[in-house]
Amino acid sequence: MQESIITNEQLIKCVTQTINQYGDELTKLDQAIGDGDHGINMVRGFNAVLAEMASLTHQPLGDAIAKAGMILVMKVGGASGPLYGSFCMAFGKVLGSATFEEMSLASIAPAFTAGVDAVMRRGKSEAGQKTMLDVLVPVADALNTAKNEKTNVGPTLRAIKDAAAQGLARTKPMRATKGRAAFLGERSVGHLDPGARSACVLITAICDLLLVNG
Amino acid sequence: MAENVSLVIVSHSPDVAKGTQDMVEQMVGKEVRVASCGGDPDGGLGTNMPVILEKIKEVFSPRGTVILVDLGGAETNSEMAIEQLPPAMRDLVLICEAPLVEGAIMAATESSTGADLATVRKTAEDF
Repeated sequence: MQESIITNEQLIKCVTQTINQYGDELTKLDQAIGDGDHGINMVRGFNAVLAEMASLTHQPLGDAIAKAGMILVMKVGGASGPLYGSFCMAFGKVLGSATFEEMSLASIAPAFTAGVDAVMRRGKSEAGQKTMLDVLVPVADALNTAKNEKTNVGPTLRAIKDAAAQGLARTKPMRATKGRAAFLGERSVGHLDPGARSACVLITAICDLLLVNG
Repeated sequence: MAENVSLVIVSHSPDVAKGTQDMVEQMVGKEVRVASCGGDPDGGLGTNMPVILEKIKEVFSPRGTVILVDLGGAETNSEMAIEQLPPAMRDLVLICEAPLVEGAIMAATESSTGADLATVRKTAEDF
């Protein structure tokens, strides 16, 4: 995979715009099987990150993402704050001080995997329980496969988008056993998981940004 | 007598958090230090990590502090708050897996007898 060159600013604007665009849909999904605040919480959290833009540019991406993770923990308010926050903090820590120019699948795949592990620990959960992990785990697998097979950037990003979309779709027939949706039991079947949906739209948007700029 | 184990009550609702604190204080008076918080950073239903952290520090006891939580986000945000504490305090703050109101009352009643941290948590969790 060759290097993709985008700035911290582009990345932060991209994820915030995406959450603002999908906020209402995330809230509607959460009203069906959760407590109906996922979109509202994510919009608050990501716009708080955007508001801190000045302190997140002109530094290595890993540091900026870790810092953004802490902002999400502080501002999101729901369980998704500590979950996305823990992801970003672990991802950023493993990515370390590599710049975009130095970045490759060799550094991104382990960082993403560390982020997914952090979500599993924080949520005491795993894939198959109708959560964001149903998107994150297949994406980590796609990244690691691409890393091992030294796949080029374009096919890798498309494989990631496919893995995210398929992971999201699999949450629909699942019965939730984690999170607020678990209270609904069988009634959670037939609804997409809102956390999986937010993970999917974010990952897709970042892939598209990289495909355009990579 | 040495200070008792203290309590932090974390609910998604500020009213539930305050109401639970009122009930605990009526049961055990001022022998057990209690703090409570609820609501997201905008004041809606939810939980707020920095405020939980502040409440832990407010009532922290050298003999330990238990946190009572209602639903998912209250627990994950409380876990994050504990991780932000200085290492010396971190091991003395435990989340109690018990129903919020009943658990808080059981924990406070046990704490008021001078029980240690593990016993206070266990009493609430076994209820």
